[in-house]
Amino acid sequence: MRGYRWLTVPVVIAGVLLAAACGSSSKSTTPTQAPGGATAPAASSSPSAAAAPQCNKAPNQTEGVTATEISIGNTDAYSGPASAYAVIAKAEDAYFKWVNDQGGVNGRKIKFTSLDDSYSPPKTVEQTRALVEQDHVFADFNPLGTPPNTAIRQYLNDRGVPQIFVATGAATWALDHPKYPCTIGWQPNYQSEAIIYGKYLLANRPDAKVAVLFQNDDYGKDYLKGLKAGLGAKASQMIVKEESYETSEPDVSPHVTTLKNTGADVFIVVATPKFAAQAMKAAAQLDWKPLIIDNSVSVDLNTMKAAGAGADGVISAAYLKDPSDPAWASDATVVQYKDILAKYGSGADPNNVFNFYGFAVADTLVQAIKQAGQDLTREGLMKAADNMNYTSPYLLPGITIHTSDAQKDWAPIEEMQLEKYSVAKGSWERFGQVLEGAVR
Amino acid sequence: MGGIWQRAHVPSLAWLGVALLLIIFPPWLAGGYRIFQFTFVVIYLIAILGLNIVTGYNGQFSLGHGAFFAVGAYVTGALMFHAGAPYWATIPLAGLTAGVVGFLFAIPALRLSGLYLALATLALAISVPQILKKWESVTGGVQGLVLTKPHSPIGALTSDQWLFYFTAVVALALYIAAWVVLRSSVGRAFVAIRDNEVAAEAAGIPIARFKTLAFGMSAFYAGVAGSLSAFVVAYVAPDSFDFLLSLNLVVGMVVGGTGTIVGPALGAVFIEFLPSYSQDVSRAAPGVVEGVVLVLFMYLMPTGVAGFVATAGRKALSLVRRRTADHAAAGPVTPTLADQEPRAGPGEGG
Repeated sequence: MRGYRWLTVPVVIAGVLLAAACGSSSKSTTPTQAPGGATAPAASSSPSAAAAPQCNKAPNQTEGVTATEISIGNTDAYSGPASAYAVIAKAEDAYFKWVNDQGGVNGRKIKFTSLDDSYSPPKTVEQTRALVEQDHVFADFNPLGTPPNTAIRQYLNDRGVPQIFVATGAATWALDHPKYPCTIGWQPNYQSEAIIYGKYLLANRPDAKVAVLFQNDDYGKDYLKGLKAGLGAKASQMIVKEESYETSEPDVSPHVTTLKNTGADVFIVVATPKFAAQAMKAAAQLDWKPLIIDNSVSVDLNTMKAAGAGADGVISAAYLKDPSDPAWASDATVVQYKDILAKYGSGADPNNVFNFYGFAVADTLVQAIKQAGQDLTREGLMKAADNMNYTSPYLLPGITIHTSDAQKDWAPIEEMQLEKYSVAKGSWERFGQVLEGAVR
Repeated sequence: MGGIWQRAHVPSLAWLGVALLLIIFPPWLAGGYRIFQFTFVVIYLIAILGLNIVTGYNGQFSLGHGAFFAVGAYVTGALMFHAGAPYWATIPLAGLTAGVVGFLFAIPALRLSGLYLALATLALAISVPQILKKWESVTGGVQGLVLTKPHSPIGALTSDQWLFYFTAVVALALYIAAWVVLRSSVGRAFVAIRDNEVAAEAAGIPIARFKTLAFGMSAFYAGVAGSLSAFVVAYVAPDSFDFLLSLNLVVGMVVGGTGTIVGPALGAVFIEFLPSYSQDVSRAAPGVVEGVVLVLFMYLMPTGVAGFVATAGRKALSLVRRRTADHAAAGPVTPTLADQEPRAGPGEGG
């Protein structure tokens, strides 16, 4: 008997808990109780709604706006594993300070409150609620990361607070805009980029045998999806092998050997920097010389240097000017960016592309606020964001920020230009036309 | 009877009163955002309470309770998302699933002690979010699962207020359950194993059974906490349960006071509010502020806040006793709550 006495412990706990649960169930039989059913997060890839998306639920449309000030909030990862991205919010802060010193936007100065969420969705919810309910911000601008933004999307849309130009590359921000009219993305998403690679191959290598190495998660699969969309009907014929790797693997070279043995002459690398460098290097070591297409996630110069000889002639795509590229050294926007960053950025590195990204997206917000006019409302700001046609000086020539209610196009940037890497020069060189990769 | 809690009855009742006051009033004094924070204090409290059972009372060091928290959250998330289950009904299953995982984990872990066990649990904390990313059809992958936030069944309460009361009632029930268990023969066996495993075995305590039981019970608590967090946030994703969560729970337990029953509440307040306050001090480097505060806390209160208060109380008490000793012969000082010295560090790892 004594031997089984310990069993009473879990039984007691389960009993107490069940009692608590039942207690609540008897209270919750009132008809107002929602059954706690599930909502589908990203089911609507067909924007069938005829009416334009309206972000008009906020009871106070001008909360956070006074005659002299606009209060803008944001969450970013100042601590934790993703803290490298905090540079973005700091750059945005520097940019807004400069804007304010120039007289602000439509006579109003921007008050920017950026809080730390450590890239943890529960913290994002908490901090976003602090911004909305305590600081009474007018809009949540460029919060970082797909999971954190997903966590706050319902809340912000319920309250009619703009969640504008989010810092993530998921396709859902554009595709699900009709369902979440207060939420809109900014940068080209992964699928857009892959569509562009697909289009390029169709036009220039229609008989290519394509081998793909991709990271086995949403990011990798998004690229694969876009690539197939870009290749269209020829996808199944051209793609001879899709090989996935796990981030827990120390080295992806064995996968490269497998891909080489398929006899492919185009090798698409959908990998984060460390693995991308390994893959390009392994191809060179195996004396495999396909056309390598490397995703824009892994194009920084350190990665390309680590890839050694394998990096020569590699193709990728870009949409922003690169502040470290000598070709832009005398570009007025890049020169001004460096000046502002030096003055307001407290020692930030001008060659860090995240700083440039922060300036570019903050500049787009200023443009949207200007477009929304003197009588600034939350609904008006989203309406402006939904109908933009802005030639941003931060983007590569020929790439514009365009959205349109009429055409149901809510992806602000979906064009990129291809670029080729040269080991001898140690730099990228853009070539060809700007290509569009609309995700519909 | 060992008298562990005999003199503690009065303070316990006092704490219960304080707890009830803290449960009833905050939602009427604060806005939705604050209530959300208070709700998270309660959720952390449950998880730390669980961690405290296995580490504080049983001496097995766990750096991996974020993993059990995640298991509970995902059971609730998957049931709500895929099966449309009502949120409250998922809690027992979430707790039991986490409990079973903890129990099973504890069986091989029996061979490990101290730092080695800490490393094994650390591996668990790091690997679980990775596993959650893979099993996409159920877990939603990196994007996670978006849930429907529960509505309040009572018209007078907002959804935030209702969720606070709901979690508080669950926490209170679990608190009382822990209190009952820990002062029973089971609790004494836990403590005996912590204090001296060889002696406990010689006294006839089946070590393996009680160690696995402590782990399973502890994981159950963490799982319930995870389950509550899932529908309070209305979203689960692997990034919600990274290694920092496990670390925060350990910090909360140690700051509050290891091996005490009030410690978890204080620790939960600490880990919920420290990040936002340290951010007010320095936006550029909140981590540094947190670190400094933590070092100060551990330097000034090596036995945690609960231990510090208890020690201070005991000193005051003995001062009073010394004065009254002139008039009456003082008997041997009966052990008080404070005499059960909360350990500064758990097990051999401390």
